[in-house]
Amino acid sequence: MLIALLSDIHANLEALEACLRHARGRGAERYAFLGDFVGYGADAAGVVRVLERFAAQGAIILRGNHDQALVKAAGYFNDAARASLEWARETLDPAQQRFLVELPLVHRDGEICYVHASAAHPERWDYVDSPTAAQRCADAARTSYAFCGHVHDQVLFFEGGNGRMKAFRPVAGTPIPVRGHRRWVAIVGSVGQPRDRNPAAAYTLFDSGQRQITFYRVRYDAAAAAAKIRSAGLPGSLAVRVESGI
Amino acid sequence: MPDPVEPGSLVDGYRVGECIHHGGNGAIYVAEPPPGADPGFPLLMKVPRIGRGQPTLGIESFEIEQMILPTLASPNVPRFVATGDVMATPYLVMERIDGVSLAKLMESAPKPAEEVARIGAAIADALQSVHGQDVVHLDLKPENVMLRPSGEAVLLDFGFARHAHYPDLLGEERHFAAGSAAYVSPEQLKDDRSDARSDLFALGALLYGLATGEPPFGEPKTLAGMRDRLWREPAPPRAINPEVPPWLQEVILHCLEAEAAARYQSAAHVALDLRHPDQVVLSARAQRTEASGFVPQLRRWWRARRDADRRWLEEPRSGSRPVVILVAVDTEHPDDERHSPLQWTTRQIVSLNPEYRLMCVSVIRSAPLGEGSTPLETATGKHLEHKLRLRRWVEPLNLAPSRVSLHVIEAANAADTLLELARVNHVDLIVLGAPLPSKKTLGWWRSAASTVTANAPCSVHVVRVPERRSERLASNSG
Repeated sequence: MLIALLSDIHANLEALEACLRHARGRGAERYAFLGDFVGYGADAAGVVRVLERFAAQGAIILRGNHDQALVKAAGYFNDAARASLEWARETLDPAQQRFLVELPLVHRDGEICYVHASAAHPERWDYVDSPTAAQRCADAARTSYAFCGHVHDQVLFFEGGNGRMKAFRPVAGTPIPVRGHRRWVAIVGSVGQPRDRNPAAAYTLFDSGQRQITFYRVRYDAAAAAAKIRSAGLPGSLAVRVESGI
Repeated sequence: MPDPVEPGSLVDGYRVGECIHHGGNGAIYVAEPPPGADPGFPLLMKVPRIGRGQPTLGIESFEIEQMILPTLASPNVPRFVATGDVMATPYLVMERIDGVSLAKLMESAPKPAEEVARIGAAIADALQSVHGQDVVHLDLKPENVMLRPSGEAVLLDFGFARHAHYPDLLGEERHFAAGSAAYVSPEQLKDDRSDARSDLFALGALLYGLATGEPPFGEPKTLAGMRDRLWREPAPPRAINPEVPPWLQEVILHCLEAEAAARYQSAAHVALDLRHPDQVVLSARAQRTEASGFVPQLRRWWRARRDADRRWLEEPRSGSRPVVILVAVDTEHPDDERHSPLQWTTRQIVSLNPEYRLMCVSVIRSAPLGEGSTPLETATGKHLEHKLRLRRWVEPLNLAPSRVSLHVIEAANAADTLLELARVNHVDLIVLGAPLPSKKTLGWWRSAASTVTANAPCSVHVVRVPERRSERLASNSG
């Protein structure tokens, strides 16, 4: 089964729709949204409407730290992030906000563990940004595959022959065989706010039958997403980040 | 140790035949395809030894080969046919190469220089093909090279290879397959499995073995013994076999430089030199007749230590790849006005990167042998004269001699000759003059430029004489 893994959408409807179109075109049969639907971008309402549609079809939808911050302010957000959260609170109705904050943190399905941050204490929002952090995540997941977001750059951590985790930066569009006898932790990339100086939206497809993972970058109308941020009166820096992928 | 599969049994429809090799990591069998699925060439099946008590290296090597082999499309690699899941029915079916193993040829080394060069150029071609597909072999040794009856080299066993687009399942572990110790590069000993120049070091070790009958660093049994090559210079091949010509020693020791940056930067460059011995620029390497004295060795040892400390601070290598540029020069018409813009363009291109190499080619119309009256008219005299003109042509470019080679070729068809040269020498860019509309006498080049552009295996840069100032002025004022 071909599973689309989408994370860190950050209220960027244009990027989300482009990735969903791309995934559908490649035959995705199941969808997993790994959290952070709001914050930074201007179209939280548009993104949540898409999620509600997918939720009705049984998609996996998990909570991220930005979604949780709708009700529980987090001290570590910067001013721009806080301003965009305030905007999300204004534009989402109470039912939509409740939908987001009540989402589960982790979902397990056979050999796969889905989570926004790390499978080790998901509520602490630890970044899986090193082989050691990936090791902790894989240990806690107790599955062959852990799919995470939270960190915006795509990385594939894998268990080397000596049992230690190693990091690999994938090449977009290249299917990588990932056999189930070793453990893999994939950081699927950010749909709505890539930060590697490439504005193209990032998401990942996992083929559970072929045991192959393919990381993708999808070009979309970033100017339209940036224009929405500006016209909502959000900090201009957020628009620039979306336009230039920083 | 029992073989993983019984000959005669069926694996995923493939009939397993005679076992032709069994080692620590698995066994190789002759195989028959399932009915109706004959790919049209003979097959081999590789089956790894997997299970309790077996080395994990066997699984990893198998997985790596399973991952990389299907991505390679090249006459220099066995064709991939089928594979089974590593946890269920692990096997790999591929083309069985018809030919002779380099290990067999190595038994009768030392070989004459011409044969060493011919085999070496074939292996360099194979490496160039694989490197061009983002793969580094990393286990080049006589057992892993076959030579087809056509002379083409085929690289076997990609179980230690590295593909730039796939995670390296083997990194950070100092595993070296049996028989590989003599050929492992200094970078691999320092846990760097990403450098295509590692294969050029191994190629140098193979050439050394073919030319002298001995491996350059012996066959060390320990990691410490292997690490000697980080600083120790091998004995010059000519000290072991005085028959080795200086040019061949130059090529071999150039491949065997301890620092990758001091080696050839691409397999294409090695092939180019091995195919044109007269063009190899001889440095101090070619002249050495005995191993370096104590002081130079100490200096190298010190540098190796210093580099080991520095390694973590180094910037990542740039992605630029060494390039071979071929410029077609019409030495039969030295006064042609296109020479100056052609020189200018060539200078611009080669100045882009100090690793770019330039092949200057003049195709002259063949003259029947021995019919001339003056020395210039005889075939050889004519050849020398044109080579001299070619040298004069390239002199103003001020390139280090090691970056330039001069080729005067007598042929009836210039375009075909240029195309063939470009293909054989892995040329990345051909530079040549556009035909002049006014010069009917140069119709010869007109066809050359258009035929080359249409059929080249690489990019072509066609240089035109700029429109004359007087003509431009006339058209501006009018």
